[in-house]
Amino acid sequence: MNTFYFIAFLSIFFSILVISAKSPVHSILYLILTFFTFTIHYILLNAQFLAIVNFIVYMGAILVLFLYTLMLINLNKEAEPVKSNLVKLAAVIGGGCFLITIVASLKLLNVSPGVSLQNPGLGLVKNLGKVLFNEFLLPFEVSSILLLSAMVGAVLLATKEPKSAA
Amino acid sequence: MQSLTNTMQAVPLNNYILLSAIIFSIGVIGVLIRRNAIVIFMSVELMLNAVNLLLAAFSVYRGDATGQVFVFFIMALAAAEVAIGLAIIVMIYRNTNSIDINVLNRLKW
Repeated sequence: MNTFYFIAFLSIFFSILVISAKSPVHSILYLILTFFTFTIHYILLNAQFLAIVNFIVYMGAILVLFLYTLMLINLNKEAEPVKSNLVKLAAVIGGGCFLITIVASLKLLNVSPGVSLQNPGLGLVKNLGKVLFNEFLLPFEVSSILLLSAMVGAVLLATKEPKSAA
Repeated sequence: MQSLTNTMQAVPLNNYILLSAIIFSIGVIGVLIRRNAIVIFMSVELMLNAVNLLLAAFSVYRGDATGQVFVFFIMALAAAEVAIGLAIIVMIYRNTNSIDINVLNRLKW
């Protein structure tokens, strides 16, 4: 139980650092740590498949993509322009209002019982694979089309147009 | 692993909702206060992850594997979204030599 609170504290701490770090590279490194704490959360929930996928897809693929894009875009020339303090204050108040709304609506609910794992094999690959390939076979195939179209679109957008074609 | 999950039995579901709400709010604030397009993108990723964690927690709470399958689909979607978004950012950088979103206020339809 204490593990959860410690990891939750780390998640919140690192995610605040993500949005407050001056340099974008530092933001990305803190984002990696945040995603690592999320992986630990999944392990604590015994969702082992999600933990591995989170580790590989988010910490491996997506963050490497972020890091390489940031390195391709040479940002070292000038520091990032910052928004005025008034805008920042308004943004923090807006986000805080959102949080207060959710917390207040949560207070109206009864205190829930603990999250207990009735079926220990729930988050394992075997169980998830059975669900994924029986009930969710069509969405699974459609998501492959989504990934293909995303790949084609990314290549199309990122390749430089030849000058002679214009 | 069994002892680890046994220690989790005492965590109320409300705490998961609170944690996800806090991280989602941090993502919202990050979108609003930053001007670097990549950092804004990372804040969007934070929001997606908060929702993922909440879906997984509810899935374990209900004993239903559907929520975790849904998280898997969200991860596939996030990967596609990041690839497209970063390609667009690279293209914007080529055209304007900056990834400051305030440069984009000249967008015409």
